[in-house]
Amino acid sequence: MAAVERPFPPGDYDVVVVGSGPGGLQTSYCLRRLGIRHALLSRDERPGGMFQRYPIFQRLITWTKPDAPVERGSREYEWYDHNSLVADEPELKALVPALMDRAYDLPSRAEMEAGLAAFAERAQIEARYGCTWESTRYDGDQLVLETSDGEYRCRAAVFALGVTVPWRAAVPGLEHAAHYVDTHVPERYAGRDVFVVGKRNSGFEVAQGILPWARSIVLGSPRPVQTDALALSALRIRYLHPYDEYARGGPGTYVIDVTIDRIERVDERLRVVTQGTTWDGTLEFEVDDVIAATGFQAPLQDLPGLGLVTVADGRIPALTPFWESVSLPGVYFAGNASQGARGIGKRGAGASSSSVNGFRYNAQVLAQHLAERLDGREPRREPVAELVPFLLRELTSAPELWVQKGYLCRVVSAADGAHFDEGLVPLASFLDSPGPDAFAASVEVDESGTIVPTLYARRGGEIREHQLEPHPLHRYDGESYRKHVAAVVS
Amino acid sequence: MSIAETLGQLALFADLTPSQLEAIAHSHEEDVFAAGERVLRRGLSGGNFYVILEGEAAVEIGGEARHQLMRGDFFGEISALTGEAPTADVVATTMLRCLVIPAPQLERLLLDRPQLMLRMLRMEARRLRSTLEWQP
Repeated sequence: MAAVERPFPPGDYDVVVVGSGPGGLQTSYCLRRLGIRHALLSRDERPGGMFQRYPIFQRLITWTKPDAPVERGSREYEWYDHNSLVADEPELKALVPALMDRAYDLPSRAEMEAGLAAFAERAQIEARYGCTWESTRYDGDQLVLETSDGEYRCRAAVFALGVTVPWRAAVPGLEHAAHYVDTHVPERYAGRDVFVVGKRNSGFEVAQGILPWARSIVLGSPRPVQTDALALSALRIRYLHPYDEYARGGPGTYVIDVTIDRIERVDERLRVVTQGTTWDGTLEFEVDDVIAATGFQAPLQDLPGLGLVTVADGRIPALTPFWESVSLPGVYFAGNASQGARGIGKRGAGASSSSVNGFRYNAQVLAQHLAERLDGREPRREPVAELVPFLLRELTSAPELWVQKGYLCRVVSAADGAHFDEGLVPLASFLDSPGPDAFAASVEVDESGTIVPTLYARRGGEIREHQLEPHPLHRYDGESYRKHVAAVVS
Repeated sequence: MSIAETLGQLALFADLTPSQLEAIAHSHEEDVFAAGERVLRRGLSGGNFYVILEGEAAVEIGGEARHQLMRGDFFGEISALTGEAPTADVVATTMLRCLVIPAPQLERLLLDRPQLMLRMLRMEARRLRSTLEWQP
């Protein structure tokens, strides 16, 4: 392609977004809706990000139910479709379910990639493909991104690069192991003894993938598998099959809680020396292959050198509730790396920011935040005619609240007897910022896993929390709820 | 330094073996707060137990700092153990890195690791004594 045809030449922009996976596409779409001048850069040649390559075993672990009790394309339907990007135009909504062959209620990698490509094409999201971000610096309050095409200056940079760089734990000898990303030929493990380091998503995914081939499989890592939580999660399709073989008596499949002291070569085989974490003792294994399923890190380039603070052994940027680096002003993250903002984490609950269903809403909120911060533009406030039904409807069916439980809330302000929809904000921001009298609706989860709709009322700067009774069908539009909420807001 | 190595340097975890520390570090998330961010919120349910790995925080009541917390200190245990909402805010005064243990996991951890429970009880007893000494 001739250079003159490519959009977003080097220069000054309000915002530069880096990455053309789901996080970058959604962010660019949302910024454009708000009229924020920005460039979208990608080193890839086409949209799709990690879904052009992963998951290795081709099946996602995130849910999309093509037919649901609500109409496909409605706002409520987003709760049944965790993989499509979100938009206002009907032709851009719910693109992934339309492409699914329904072998599962989880799309395949190819279906997901096609859904993202369709979104980029129909929404006419422009990106400067083949442009690689190389380094970063500050010039006054401007950020300067050096790229393979030249210099981009901006007031805010949004990095939407996924969490896609293979990461290896600091285990002596782990260099003998193949990484998860190199395991795409399961036949290679036929008749072999395999030790998988790691018991999270990729560990169990690869274990499941080679289960029909390997002679024996051991999965080992320090943290016990939380089977009670997994059984209720969309991850179960990856986790529970290898675990089930182990639980039935371990006919060659073992799932153990250990730290790995070292891995060493013994002739043609590898010896893995381990120590129990939830039990006392040591175990040694001699295997043909070791696979490092120790996860991924965000591609942070030179940002740590600029002072970027991270969590999880340097893998994920530590972020404020609006996804700005806690240490580098103007540096924001979208997409999977937005998990670096944990939110208030009530009862330990985390946000769903590491998958599309959650970070698509983060992008909407981030775009609005940038519009306010860069242009001083307040959100458009729609009047709310009937407050109680509005709040109950949000608590019953707002997909943003149901996906980003305890992280995002819907705020309604009160002034002179009238009410205004202030949109979505991170719950931490509502709870910790001063502001006018207002109510915030949030869907939360209690200690036993029961879903609890929660309202917060801010009056004279003081915040009170009101939990509604759980309902077996999660319907909060009945008379008792109406009375309860009416009492909260009166 | 890894989280497990940091934990190993803190008094609360002094009796645990390296592999026990690894298990704790891998089973719980760490969280980082910018200076000025609230970590624990007075009057709100569902607070967690926090151990400071790096940085400092202040216990605040009505916006007034009552007590400084530093590396190795912990907070949130009273509400995590009683199930009642915290009676004070905890606000980061510098960049603050914490290990976060939700209430149900704290209970399980203390029962699994009685040495940890004893350490915590001793530290709690010292806090109680100094609180009583301050009272007129």
